[in-house]
Amino acid sequence: MAYSEKVIEHYTNPRNVGSFAKGEDNVGTGVVGAPECGDVMKLQLKINPENGVIEDAKFKTFGCGSAIASSSYVTELVKGKHIEEAMTIKNTVIVKELNLPPVKIHCSVLAEDAIKAAITDWKSHQTPAAATEEPKKAQEN
Amino acid sequence: MVKLPIYMDNHATTPVDPRVLQAMLPYFSETFGNAASRNHSFGWAAEEAVDKSRNQIASLINAKSKEIIFTSGATESDNLAIKGIVEFYKDKGNHIITCVTEHKAVLDSCRMLERNGKAVVTYLPVDKYGMVDPDAVRAAITDKTVLITLMYANNEIGTIHPVAEIGRIAKEKGIVFHCDAVQAVGKIPVDVERDGIDLLSMSAHKIYGPKGVGAIYVRSKGPRVRLTPQMDGGGHERGMRSGTLNVTGIVGLGKACEIAGAEMGEENRRLLDLRNKLQAGIFERLDEVYVNGHPTERLPGNLNVSFAYVEGESLLMGISDIAVSSGSACTSATLEPSYVIRALGIDEELAHSSIRFGLGRFNTGDEVDFVTDRVTKEVKRLREMSPLYEMAREGIDLKSVQWKTE
Repeated sequence: MAYSEKVIEHYTNPRNVGSFAKGEDNVGTGVVGAPECGDVMKLQLKINPENGVIEDAKFKTFGCGSAIASSSYVTELVKGKHIEEAMTIKNTVIVKELNLPPVKIHCSVLAEDAIKAAITDWKSHQTPAAATEEPKKAQEN
Repeated sequence: MVKLPIYMDNHATTPVDPRVLQAMLPYFSETFGNAASRNHSFGWAAEEAVDKSRNQIASLINAKSKEIIFTSGATESDNLAIKGIVEFYKDKGNHIITCVTEHKAVLDSCRMLERNGKAVVTYLPVDKYGMVDPDAVRAAITDKTVLITLMYANNEIGTIHPVAEIGRIAKEKGIVFHCDAVQAVGKIPVDVERDGIDLLSMSAHKIYGPKGVGAIYVRSKGPRVRLTPQMDGGGHERGMRSGTLNVTGIVGLGKACEIAGAEMGEENRRLLDLRNKLQAGIFERLDEVYVNGHPTERLPGNLNVSFAYVEGESLLMGISDIAVSSGSACTSATLEPSYVIRALGIDEELAHSSIRFGLGRFNTGDEVDFVTDRVTKEVKRLREMSPLYEMAREGIDLKSVQWKTE
């Protein structure tokens, strides 16, 4: 199977690899996938509690080249976006950008899930008392 | 300096040895006759070439030349052996014994017979080294068993089965023993008499011969094995395999066998040195690497390693100027990791992390150094990118984690 140029580019020069320091504020972490499935993505988003904008993103991925490229691309994609906008990112955007073949669609799905998981995690830390209520507004008040 | 890309996937296929190619060349346009043409010199010359090849093959496996039947390759040989025996012995029984790590040509032939209601199949498990237990073979035999089909050496992990012991059991019970010896013939000493093999599949392209030609050994005496042909036609190959003989390919197969037999001892010492060098180099520079397959009973050119926390396909991508293969799901069409590695009972994650190095006749020490260097660097890079490696470093037991899967 030949990889698209964009997958190779992200794989060779992955963006934003790493983890935020432990205990750093305003970081939401999403870990999706499972080792036995051959894919685990950890996506961390640093979100400004004042305005809900994603200011920084880091990832670590165990998986094939397409999984690494999908998570690398996603860190670029979400930066500067509001969390509500980031929540609407669909895997098809990733498929299109990276030219993923059908057998690699699951990598893009995983990356989409990782965004949602990270934001959900962040929200849960913001309002431990009422996690289900609009957390962003609760912060702003 | 080494020349790139480096080919280190010699279990998949091998290049044609220049000496084999030289032997084949006259049979394309000069000595092109049909070996079945009995009434002119073109036919006789072709037949002579085929006979010579039969002898070369037979002497490599201690068989008689008339026991060698030419086929298109080992997949055909496996199909012919399994389906041919089950069909021929259908009045005697319908039970086949095989094992879970066999090649797909064997497993899928068995499954086809099961689906069609023509056979009942026992798939024996293997131990953590990929070895089948001869006692388990014995225990699986019923009065309906007509065939034991077990490979000589495994194509992924190189484990060499206790073939002679299984052959003795088969003989004792009067059951036909078919051995898929594709990875063994020409690589390690194979002797159909010593090993008690009744049917043996082999292929030319695994031993520096051309693709598209192989053979099946069919025992003619003690006992005489009979099977139902799967290809009908002109009654070639003593009626067992019709079709005009691929004389050029057959000449190549014969020459490949001759060279393999003559050079086996020295070649194996050289391959073992290279293999040990590769293994030592990797293990010196990386922690948490595991060899898949038997520690000693393994093909000299085989090294199958799992690099924990690194997914195999991503590793292959990082070493794209080196041709090796992976048990990773992502390299297969089914998205399942290697069934052979999983059969060893190791963690699924490690199955996804396995890489097979297949050393061969044309690999050099410099290539091994280069590969060691590239692989270890890439594994280190990917581990820095791996959340699993990070978690393991933090002391988290990956097995205790509740993974979010769909």
